[in-house]
Amino acid sequence: MNFELSEELRMLKDMACKFAQNEIAPIARDCDEHERYTPEIRIKAAEQGLVGAWISEDYGGAGVGVLGNTLISEEVSRVDMGIGLNICAASFGCEALYYYGTEEQKQAYLPPVCRGEQVSAGAFTEPNAGTDVAGYKTRAVRDGDDFVINGTKTFITNGSVCHWMVLQCITNPEEKRHQSFSQVIVPADSPGITRNKIRGKMGIRASDTAEIAFEDVRVPAANLLGSEKRGFYQLMHFFDVTRIMVAGQAVGLSRACIDESIKYAKERTAFGTPIGSFQATMTKLTDMATRLEALRNLVYKAAWLVDSGKPDYHLAAMAKYFGGETAVFCANAAVEIHGGYGYIDEYNVQRFYRDAKILELYEGTKEAEIMTIGRYLQS
Amino acid sequence: MHLVVCVKQAPDTEALIKLKPDGSGIEEAGIKWVMNPYDEYAVEEALRLKEKNGGDVTIVSLGPARAMESIRTALAMGADKGIHISDPSLDRADAFVAASALAAAIKSLPHDIILCGQRAIDDDSGQVGSILAELLGVPQLTIIMKLEVAGGVAKAVKAIEGAQVVLESALPCVVTAQKGLNEPRYASLPGIMKAKKKPVDVKNAAALGISVEQKARIIKMMPPPQRAAGKIIQGDDPEAKARELVRLLREEAKVI
Repeated sequence: MNFELSEELRMLKDMACKFAQNEIAPIARDCDEHERYTPEIRIKAAEQGLVGAWISEDYGGAGVGVLGNTLISEEVSRVDMGIGLNICAASFGCEALYYYGTEEQKQAYLPPVCRGEQVSAGAFTEPNAGTDVAGYKTRAVRDGDDFVINGTKTFITNGSVCHWMVLQCITNPEEKRHQSFSQVIVPADSPGITRNKIRGKMGIRASDTAEIAFEDVRVPAANLLGSEKRGFYQLMHFFDVTRIMVAGQAVGLSRACIDESIKYAKERTAFGTPIGSFQATMTKLTDMATRLEALRNLVYKAAWLVDSGKPDYHLAAMAKYFGGETAVFCANAAVEIHGGYGYIDEYNVQRFYRDAKILELYEGTKEAEIMTIGRYLQS
Repeated sequence: MHLVVCVKQAPDTEALIKLKPDGSGIEEAGIKWVMNPYDEYAVEEALRLKEKNGGDVTIVSLGPARAMESIRTALAMGADKGIHISDPSLDRADAFVAASALAAAIKSLPHDIILCGQRAIDDDSGQVGSILAELLGVPQLTIIMKLEVAGGVAKAVKAIEGAQVVLESALPCVVTAQKGLNEPRYASLPGIMKAKKKPVDVKNAAALGISVEQKARIIKMMPPPQRAAGKIIQGDDPEAKARELVRLLREEAKVI
């Protein structure tokens, strides 16, 4: 057994850490306050190979695998989860292309994303169905050589800034529910698409989120991604991989909470002694650090298994589930350790507290993860 | 243009340094090691010279097995090949022994410009670049903030108290890099993936034929003395307080 990262992965982690400190830290607070998306950081990150790093070299990526990508996700999220998403999720949706696209589709869509020139998105969630993937209503009707799309998607990461998206839609309503879906690649500038940026998010405010309406949007039938009627299954597999990236965000955010808390516990005094000398503070720090360590090992293992060709998707679900819980726990403890200062935006932990919660909501709610894991355990 | 860069691995600037109980050195366990920041400027400058003039960049590093990490980082930034001088007998080398080892390795390489950091942030000795130039019998341009190379001449700018000095030297020469020389690039991800395929020669003291005695020896390392608590001058009368402040600065602190 070997718990060491390889030399390349260590170097990658160091570089991502340095990049985040130099490029993200100075603007994090401002982007959070003004809900500012950061195309310039995405382009700079792409120059270093950080965007779509998991994509193989054949399609413009760096070929660092899911573990490498998870390390990037951890390091950038440690500084700011919102801006971090603008790097790690700039290729969101590309997973579907990578696993199910034709050679031609991969060559056309993946390299521009890796170069930072284009942004992709996954248009899945709808106003009335998120985790309930089989409840989506958006419809694509075959008309000659085209699909004609109607429907509404919401909470779409990169929604208003993306160049193309992978759309989850019903193509075969006559089939059983799970067999009625397909995935289609839709250019974002197609006539009939209306995109509205969603404002007022509690956290990850530098990340772009939008509602997208489709009104008689035409795309060539050749834009079908993977197999017709297999959309539901393709999407399930998609989340199995992207969940690990989200779990990596949880590792980064939890680490950030612990780092800030340790620093503050040593500086701040109460009753004439640093607050870190009180057992109540030590309990918080110990619980945070122990959970983080357990989470990191779970996440790295889930990622490593994918890269080793032995994916365990229940472990990935556990990593995501425990990740969200750990991040929320650590952010809460960090605010408590900071007291009143943790409640104002002068201190980073206030932002971390708001950012953490999304980890229990997106990419499958924690309740959905529990159902996945719970069913598996009894299967 | 053949460029050689000497690189040293040093503790991260944010690492918490603890001394060994016997004062013989620092506790190395748990320390994060990085490329000496001044050496990063040297690597970056060499890469820029190569991009402008063509040629190759060779990294030379003296240090234990872990020093390979810094060589790989430089290769990931874009250097072409490395030489790792690794020998337990050289682990505690002083500036003279270190420069001798580097000189022995560099002599066998084609070299137009040899770049070093102006000093390493660990022992702060700042002598290796100069001794290296002496041992190689080439001119040295030290603590350089700007470098231009054209027509076989290196033109360099160095900051001195209240002014700048412009120096010129024939090639080959040694240049030591100061902060401000450039903004080092990141070791990009494609660079990191390529670095593992680039050649690094590992050489020991015998292979380089080094047998020199060190000239300096560390007798003991001690932590800096703890700062005494400050003194607050009490009172209501500003004039009296100012008078007392001046008296203390003059008689106790002896700074005015």
